[in-house]
Parts: sequence; C-alpha cells; structure tokens
Amino acid sequence: MQRIGVFVCWCGSNIAGTVDVKQVAKALESEPGVVFSTDYQYMCSKSGQDMIKDAVRDHRLTGIVVCSCSPRMHEATFRKTASAAGLNPYMVEIANVREQCSWVHKDIIIGTQKAIILGRAAVAKVNLNAPLTPGESPVTKRALVIGGGIAGIQTALDIADAGFEVDIVEKKPTIGGKMAQLDKTFPTLDCAACILTPKMVDAAQHEKIRIFSYSEVSSVGGFVGNFTVSIRKKARYVNEDICTGCGACVDKCPMKKVPNEFNLGMDNRRAIYIPFAQAVPKVATIDPNACNMLKNGKCGVCAKVCTAGAIDYTQKDEYIEEKYGAIVVATGFDPISLDKFDEYAYNNSKDVITSLEFERLTNAAGPTQGKLLRPSDGKHPEKIVFVQCVGSRCSSCSEKGKEYCSKICCMYTAKHAMLTRDKYPDTEVYVFYIDVRTPGKSFDEFYRRAVEDYGVKYIKGSVGKIVPEGEKLVVQGSDLLNNRQVVIDADLVVLAAAIEPDKSARPLATMLTASMDTNDFFTEAHPKLRPVESPTAGVFLSGACQGPKDIPETVSQASAAAAKVIGLLSKDKLVGNPCVASSDELMCNGCSSCERVCPYGAITYEDKEFRMPDRTVRVRRVAKVNPAVCQGCGCCTVACPSGAMDLRGFKNDQIMAEVDAICK
Amino acid sequence: MQKITEKHLAEKAKDLLSQGKVSAVLGWRRGEFDYDVTPALFTDADEIENGLVYNCFCGANLSKYLVSKIRAVEGRMLVFLKPCDTYSINQLFTEHRVDREKVYIVGIPCNGMADITKIRNAVGEGITGVSGDECLRVETLYSDEPAELCLADVMSERCVNCKSKKHVAYDELLGDEGEVLDSHRFDEVERIERMSPDERFAFWQRELSRCIRCNACRDACPACTCEVCVFNNPASGVESKAPVNEFEEKMFHIIRAFHVAGRCTDCGECSRVCPQNIPLHLLNRKLIKDMNECYGEYQAGEAVGGVSPLTDYTAEDGEPGDLIRRRDTDA
Repeated sequence: MQRIGVFVCWCGSNIAGTVDVKQVAKALESEPGVVFSTDYQYMCSKSGQDMIKDAVRDHRLTGIVVCSCSPRMHEATFRKTASAAGLNPYMVEIANVREQCSWVHKDIIIGTQKAIILGRAAVAKVNLNAPLTPGESPVTKRALVIGGGIAGIQTALDIADAGFEVDIVEKKPTIGGKMAQLDKTFPTLDCAACILTPKMVDAAQHEKIRIFSYSEVSSVGGFVGNFTVSIRKKARYVNEDICTGCGACVDKCPMKKVPNEFNLGMDNRRAIYIPFAQAVPKVATIDPNACNMLKNGKCGVCAKVCTAGAIDYTQKDEYIEEKYGAIVVATGFDPISLDKFDEYAYNNSKDVITSLEFERLTNAAGPTQGKLLRPSDGKHPEKIVFVQCVGSRCSSCSEKGKEYCSKICCMYTAKHAMLTRDKYPDTEVYVFYIDVRTPGKSFDEFYRRAVEDYGVKYIKGSVGKIVPEGEKLVVQGSDLLNNRQVVIDADLVVLAAAIEPDKSARPLATMLTASMDTNDFFTEAHPKLRPVESPTAGVFLSGACQGPKDIPETVSQASAAAAKVIGLLSKDKLVGNPCVASSDELMCNGCSSCERVCPYGAITYEDKEFRMPDRTVRVRRVAKVNPAVCQGCGCCTVACPSGAMDLRGFKNDQIMAEVDAICK
Repeated sequence: MQKITEKHLAEKAKDLLSQGKVSAVLGWRRGEFDYDVTPALFTDADEIENGLVYNCFCGANLSKYLVSKIRAVEGRMLVFLKPCDTYSINQLFTEHRVDREKVYIVGIPCNGMADITKIRNAVGEGITGVSGDECLRVETLYSDEPAELCLADVMSERCVNCKSKKHVAYDELLGDEGEVLDSHRFDEVERIERMSPDERFAFWQRELSRCIRCNACRDACPACTCEVCVFNNPASGVESKAPVNEFEEKMFHIIRAFHVAGRCTDCGECSRVCPQNIPLHLLNRKLIKDMNECYGEYQAGEAVGGVSPLTDYTAEDGEPGDLIRRRDTDA
C-alpha cells in the first residue's frame, strides 16, 4: 500500500481564487492511500518544495500528488523535489487544478468539486505507480542542417564554430536560398549578396562543414542523439570534385532557351548552368529535362569543351547514409502561387509581377542588369502600383489565401517603393495597404522615410481588380481614408504575394515525425519558451519553416537553434524517457497493429519460442519495442487488440483507475 | 456451369492427400442430425469418403478452426472455403495468425446457407432429416409426408444479404469465379439508426438481455483469435467483474464489436452461432458502415496486407463528429 502525500497549491490567487484549496486538501485526506494532505501559497517555491521534502521524511511517503498547474509547467520541478527527498521521481503525479479547473470555472463550488475529482484521479493513479528508471543512450556528435539558405548557413556556421561537424543538405545546386535572390535588405539597405556570399564562402571553407548541394533527405530513422539519415545526391552529371566552375561549358551549350529559375523565369539559361556567379559550390549542373545529350544522346558539346573532364553523362543518383545527433530544419519559404487570384491579372499580363520578381528586376545581377524595366516591352515604368497582402490575412472561409500575416511584405514593399523613388524620382509610386506593420528595430523610421522623404503615396484600401488595357494596367481600388474609389492607370503592378512553407516541408515533417500546423509551418515545442525546438526530441527549427520571418529574425533564430544543438551535442549521454511502451509477449498475437500505428518506427517483430502448457514448444511472432526509439505516445496501446501492449507510467489499469475515480 | 457437390470436394481432397500435397483436410462432418454439421479434420481417404459433407448446413467458417488446428499438422493443410470465408482467412494472413505457406485453399461455391431456426418456424419441432439443396425436403417426427421448402425462404440473414460470391483467396477453385455483390446489408442498420435514442436503447436492451454469456460468438469469430482473451485473463480486471445492473454485462458485446472493428469481415458467424438468436452482426455492421462513411469504403480481408482505416491516417480522414453532425442535419 502506498503512503501518499497530497499538496494543494494556491498559485497565489490563480487557483485559490476559484477553488477552495483547504476543502480540496481535506477531501483528499480520506482517499485510499493518502496519509498526509496540506495546502500552500506557492508549492513550486523553495519553501513549498521544502515542505514536500519534509513531509516525505516525516510521514514516510512513497507517493506524491501535487494539485497545481499543468504538468507541462512544473512536473519536472516536483519530480526533482521527490528525487531530492529520496523518492523515485516517477512516483509524482500532478492534478492540473489551474488550467483545467480554476482558470476555466468561475463558480467556486463547481471549481472546488472538480479540483477534488481531479485530485482523486491522481491519487488513484499514484496508488498503482511503480518506480521507473530511464535508460541512457550515446550521442552522435554531428548535426544535420536541412536547407542551405541564410537560416541553414547561420546555424551550420555556429555549430561548426563550436567544434562539431555539420552537414548541410540543399536541394538546389547552390546554397544561398531566397536571400541570394534579393537586391537590398531592409532597414539598412545593405546589398543582400554583399552580406550573404561571404557567409556562403565561410560555410564552404569551414573544415567542420560538409555541403551536399543538389541533394535531398530521403529517409530518417532513429531518435534524438542517434538519427540515421539517408541523403539522395541527385545526379548533376558533372563531377563536383573536378569542375572548376570556369563556365566554358555554359557558354558553349546550344540549349539557350531554358527558363532561368533563379531569375524566376524572366530570362533564360542554358541546359548546363551555374545558378549565379557566387554560387557555392561553384560547379555546373546539367538540367536533365533540357539537355539533348541526356534526352536523346545527341550533342556532347559540354564534354568536349570541358578541359577538366568533369562532365559525366552516366552519373547516377547517389545515396549517402550518415548518423547524426541532431537535425535542424531550415527549409524556408516560397511565395504562394497566384493562379487563383485572377482579379490581379498576374497570369494575363507580364507587367503584373511578384515582389520577388521585382527584386530580380532591380538586382544588378538580374535579367535587366538592375535597370527597372517593364518585362513586356522593356520600357521604363512611370507609374508603379504596389499591392500588399496578396493572399495574406485572408478570411478563414476564403479558399485561396492564407489567414496569417506574411510579416515581411510591409517592410520590403516600403523598401521597393523607396528605392524606386530614389533611383527614378520621376516615377510615381502607389502602395495599397490594409495596415502597415513595422514592429522591428528601425522599421517604422524606415517606412516613414519612404512616405515623408521619398513621397511614396500610401493608400489605405484594397485593390479590387486589375485590367490590362493597351500598354496600361488599370488598377481599381478603394481609398478607405477618403472614402472614394481610385482608378490608377499603372505601367507596372507589384504584388506582395503571401509566403508559405516550402513544399518539401510536409514530406520532411512526416519523415522526422515532427508536427506542423494547418499551414504546414513546423510547430515549436512551446510557442514562447521553446521556440526553436520541435516537439520531436532532437529536431530543431531555424528560419521561416517555423513561421514568416525577416532576415534579422531568421538569423537570430538560426543562432538560437545552433545553441540548442550545441547543448545537445556537448552531452556524452542522453537520459531517455522511461515512460515507454512494452509488450506482454505472452499475450501478443503478432498481428502488426501496433507496428502500423507507431509514428516512430519503434516496434519490430521477432519469432520467439514459447513453452506451452502441454510441454510442446511453439514459435510465435511477437512485438518488441525499442525503448530508445519509443516516445511514449501510447498509440500502440490503443491499437493493440489483445491488450498486450502497455505504456509504463500510463498503464491501462492506471488509466482505468483514474476513470473509475472520476466516475465514482 | 458444372454443379459442385460434396463428391467433388471429396475427390479433390483425396487426390491432394494421395499426391502428398497436403497432409490433412479441414471440412465438415454430419453431426447427430442432418442440420448440425460441424467442422472436422480428416487425415485419410476413408474418413473423407464416409464423413465429408457439403450442404446448406455447412455455415461454419473454417478459417477460425484453422488457427488452432493447423498448429498440430505437419505440412500443408487443405481447407475448403466458401467465398465469404476467404475474406476471413485473408484477414488472418494479414494479422500473421496463420502462415500462408501452410494452407492449401480450395475455394468452393456457395448458394447460401439455411437457417435451422427458420426451418423450425416453418415446419415445427421434431425434425429428423433434411435433404436437397435449392429445394429442401424436411422430415419430421410428426408427419409422414416430408415438408418441402425453398432454400431462398429459409436462408440465413447473412446469405440473404450476401456481400460476395467471389473468392478473394484460393490456391484452386472448384466451380466458376463469382463476383462481388451489391448487397443491402446496411438496410437494417439504417433502420435502427432512424430510431430515437430511447427506442434504440430499448431495442438493444431487449436483444442483448437474452445473452447467456456462453461466449459462442467469441469462440466462432475469426477475428477473435487472441492468445489470451481479455475476458479469460484474470490480470485484465474485467474477467469476473460483477455487473452493476443486468445490462452492464451485455456491454460485453459492444466491447467485442469495438475489439474487432476494422478487422471484422462481416462473415456473420457471431449471429449464426448465437443460441439466443441475437442479431450480433448488426453491431459490427454499424461500425463498418460508420468507418466507410468516415474514412472511405474498406472491406477487411479483401486483400492480404489491407490496412484498416483505424490503424491508418490520411489527410482526407473525416472526424467522427462530422458524421454525427451530418446525420443530425439530415434528420
């Protein structure tokens, strides 16, 4: 029989305001197994914890129930207290009488009743608790960063600088990501390439960093500290180690009409290409969908002109398997497709462009060498309309946009408008906005400069329709402040398209068993207190894969993720979670239900010999749980038709005892 | 089409035995009366010649018997399976309860099985003999003239609503390949769904309160093959739980329906073996219907390795709450 102590916390007035804590302590005193019951203002304070330790000693307690806040808040605290008092930490149960009780009830009578019921359930559970001891597992001292944009590069550099090996996997032929496509960066207007490319080079030259460009993660197994990852190095048909990046092959390639994705299709590249001058690694890649040699064996010019002999048309995809202790997701974002936004005529007119396309048009390395010219006729636009929130902040019932704010558009639109007026003062610039959001260091000053010093015309209101008419684009919008309709015959319209997580994120999340929100952004372990960790142990989040972010914020988060990875890799051993599933093999049918539902791949099967009551030997297929991989989610215990699978710390009889106590 | 009779079955069994392809044959044997046919294991030709029967009382699904019988047999075992029985065996293969390599399946056609209760209702007690297939001649103690009945009129409910004449697993077929049928098996479930909650409770109270907990439904169910049944396991805490009221004990059937949910092939053995004639298959059908509506059509046992919607997740999966809401708005 357990000797249980009950400790009811007031949490100041948080609990005591709506729950009669004295009555709860008194009611629980008479529950089976309870030998001591008390209440206190702040159980988590030092004196509160001392009170628990003293009670363990004085009343020879074997189990503890704390009626307090959510176990997510202080379960670890009270487990440590129990441990310090000589008890097994898993003999502690928390009854959440704050979030589940005082905060949701206004009536003290109802609140008190419910608190007593929740306490009773916790007592019933502790009566069946058994001491648990976590196992240990070693840590592979190497990190994997998925995505080679500014987030991935910064994370990798920080981890490598701390002395750990890092691999970057980037699906494109070069690292650099979206930032490499930008022209200037707000609010200081540094040139993006000038501040990014040195970091790309640093990453390439760092002795602790390996870059797998043109590669994708194809499978992930294992668990925190011991991930096994298979990386698919796509065939680029060029030997990376030999190619010098001289570009002779690119110059001679006869396939000249391949849309250049780096310039968002606004100009063409060759079938063999180097995405941009500062690409890292600076090696050529053959586009198998465009190359004649690969498609029908006719050509071979690049191989002839390559003095290094780097071209290899027979190259195959290569799979590399590597072990990692930690994985950082830095898969970034993409602008949404504007196919559903017919009203903005994006697909009807070349002169309706996205903001990212505008970046390329103003970039010195872009299709117009930085001259702002209309894509349709190469003329200088005299009237430009910027439309903000295209696909952002849409109502939840709208089929075509995102509900969230894409966060970066207000600032880059102000930047675009300001730079246009700076370079071409004769150009009229209008910005349609819903709100202008500038909550960042020096952000509002930047926006005000655009309005006050550069004369950008901001119109509060939305654009209803854009109609191409002759050479002009007729923009019909509303000016809410002046309560009138506005019609502007523009030469160029720039749409601030919402951003969304990269398409590769969803399948990757499945491989990593990391959770995502409804918009496919990775979910953090805690939105405030653990913003760079995924709820899946050992998986960390860097940059816009977790939510829309500008560059300063991305870099901060990238370094924060690196700090968490360094903290993990510095450990020699990891303490596991003892609350894992285990199968009673005498009852197991070997039906595979548990294996199918296990999200972590922790369950395997083995054929085992059993001595039967009639002295015969029978070989049976039974489930086996790898406790190091099991995360204790409990799916298997529910799926198991024979009741063989059980979860330590949450055993079926403990759950039933809780239910019985609640229904009593 | 050639008509397949028990002679063909016996020939096939003897043939395979003598060739050494199989070392035992699982079929049916006549019991004390014509109508109490039971599963039986045969190991030599004489036994087969004299014992093996196949008629409209061979309702027993041999898949279930296979699970325990096959352990004692060296080599392969021949088993005769009717179309609906093959769904059960596929499910057993899927759950690794039976080794496919140890089984030799001979698929046999089925024109529907008779329900002895319906025959009794038609001719009264004292049945001494039944013969014939589509037209049944029933002899009784109390009449010199045998009564003539159409099989169609005394067919068991599950056969009236037959879901498939197609064998989904076999090594060899006797007769022609059948087809999956468009059955009306959910009509009765829909009728019960349309009842008010009180009516529905009263209906099940009335049906389930007849239960004598003989466990026949569990013992005949091909999905109930646990090594240790939870109701036999003292450690489970429900083995000998005293019921608070007379209906609580009947929760057994609801628990069992959930236990086999997603794995039940709707073979109908539970209702066939129930000595109290409780329509237990309706509980299973209700769950099958709900799963179909929530997660898309799924027939357990249609193929080996089929993944039940309850152990699978897709982004298209509906929420059970949506189903209830939809039904409420329809009503």
